[in-house]
Amino acid sequence: MNWSPRTAFITLLMIGLGAVPLIADGIDEPFYTVMFSRMLILSIGAVSLNLILGYGGMVSFGHAVYLGIGSYMVGIGTIHAIEDGIEWMGNGFIHFAVSIVFSALVGFVIGAISLRTRGVYFIMITLAFSQMFYFVAVGNEKYGGDDGLSLYMRSDFNGLFDISNDNTLYYLNFVILLASLYVSHRIINSRFGMMIRGAKSNEQRMASIGFPVFRYRLTAFVIAGTICGMAGVLSANQTEFVNPSVMHWTRSGDLIIMIVLGGLGTLFGPVIGAVAFLFLEEFLSGITEYWQLIFGPMLVLVVIFARGGIDGMLVLLDGWWNRYSLKNKA
Amino acid sequence: MNWILLLEQTLNGFQFGILLFLLAAGLTLIFGIMDLINLAHGSLYMMGAYFAATFTQWTDSFLLGAMLALLASMLFGVILEVIALRTLYTRSHLDQVLATFGLILFLNEFVRLIWGPIGLDIPLPDVLNGSLELFFGIRYPAFRLAIIVVGIAVAFLLYLLVSHTKIGMLIRAGASNRQMVSALGVNINLLYTIVFGLGAALAGLAGLMAAPIMTVEIGMGEGILMITFVVIVIGGVGSIRGAFVAALLVGFIDTVGRSFLPDILGLFVSNDFADTAAPAISSMLIYVLMAIILAIRPQGLFPPKGA
Repeated sequence: MNWSPRTAFITLLMIGLGAVPLIADGIDEPFYTVMFSRMLILSIGAVSLNLILGYGGMVSFGHAVYLGIGSYMVGIGTIHAIEDGIEWMGNGFIHFAVSIVFSALVGFVIGAISLRTRGVYFIMITLAFSQMFYFVAVGNEKYGGDDGLSLYMRSDFNGLFDISNDNTLYYLNFVILLASLYVSHRIINSRFGMMIRGAKSNEQRMASIGFPVFRYRLTAFVIAGTICGMAGVLSANQTEFVNPSVMHWTRSGDLIIMIVLGGLGTLFGPVIGAVAFLFLEEFLSGITEYWQLIFGPMLVLVVIFARGGIDGMLVLLDGWWNRYSLKNKA
Repeated sequence: MNWILLLEQTLNGFQFGILLFLLAAGLTLIFGIMDLINLAHGSLYMMGAYFAATFTQWTDSFLLGAMLALLASMLFGVILEVIALRTLYTRSHLDQVLATFGLILFLNEFVRLIWGPIGLDIPLPDVLNGSLELFFGIRYPAFRLAIIVVGIAVAFLLYLLVSHTKIGMLIRAGASNRQMVSALGVNINLLYTIVFGLGAALAGLAGLMAAPIMTVEIGMGEGILMITFVVIVIGGVGSIRGAFVAALLVGFIDTVGRSFLPDILGLFVSNDFADTAAPAISSMLIYVLMAIILAIRPQGLFPPKGA
């Protein structure tokens, strides 16, 4: 294996993420476990969005819908489990299963309509649909409406593991992040993934070779939705609270920012981006209450000047590193 | 069901549609000509409302304040275009979305810094603070009526500007072939700035007219921006005529749906269910409309020619 700076950075990042609860417990600051837990959950969301946005070129601006679906499945299930004593509705496996099914269904419907269109239409339509789900959640008084639902217990996994412990939940998040990275690695390097990437660079070419572009894209859209739905389940368990703002359109925007900040269309880019995003948020809001006054223009500058995101910079670094090591050998 | 209420809600829907049109016209012009998707368009609407609040306070007159606010919105738009947006025209839509998203964050925080986090109320001007009798003894608030009149007047002026003046000709030409217009010696950068200023003024106008009947608050432009997107998509991106028709349609369906859906649903299902489900369903109506129209005509009702 070639230990270029980029490989080393990513390896260290992943090992570091894996060790967070140990370190946090060691220095007796369990707060960090919760903070990094949020990073992991948003990473999963960003990794799933990257499948269609980064590799497929489909700029979906409504990806937070699936975070909402996952969250509400946990919220609604848990409320019934507590108030009506229906025990199976508090079960985490059921939460995951139902969220996956629902996310897939919603992804199918949104995708089937919006993928008929291109470019700016696609952006606006996915945005509009996510807003629709947001308003449905706001209008639904039975399940908290605008105020949301407080959850008095986390999902129950038949006693296999107990996520009411923050560290256990952290490792559940971590395992699911690793799994979604693995799945997305397998997808993008498969024939299916090649086709999705090919359609990004030239749709007509793919269609004339004989691939049913629409069907492939829809499949990718649905897969991305289901993975993000799982992130929603985790997110509700993490915050023990569900409200419509989890699928507010700015949340979808945040996911896109994470991907672009980390590196669009790279496997680990979304993870790097999510970690960097939340660090920035934490750091800037520590400086001033009006942190978005700095963050907003920063975003504009990143878009204008730093193409390729953090991963792009690592690639540049790799280039220098290679030239340097070649020179040393010679 | 009550016919007077239906008429009143129809007018409300019309008035909402007019506001939507003012936003949609600017957005669709900017998109059609500069190929720029501007998420911060809703922020221009918000700025218009805040400018109106401040200038009304300074001048003690809503009309004077509104005039100043209109100018300020246009100026603000021009500054924004020159500083930040100009570099984005040649970029991908994703870049544009991100950068203008950053602008929204900035502007929301900026407003909070300057005007504070609490929403403002603008008192209605005395002249317009009554209601007028329309016909059959039906009374309707004068200010809302004024919005409708101003909106229709602006739509007509916009029509004249775009189809019967030199600059309108350049705008139309710029929308169909930018390189050619620029090759013929037209200062395309100036044209872009003018169009953006025009769009900003329209958004500011919508904001300042909405200010007295809605609360002036941070993020007020975002909700309406989403509905504006629906309008543009239904009307056909880049088409002002489409934006007009779609805005009225969406305004009507949204307003009337919200007030009558509980009753209509009550005819079919139990009242309890109708009361809880109606708010959720009525907020879905315009999106369902959009989905249906897209299923039949993916390019919207009036796709611009040559696009």
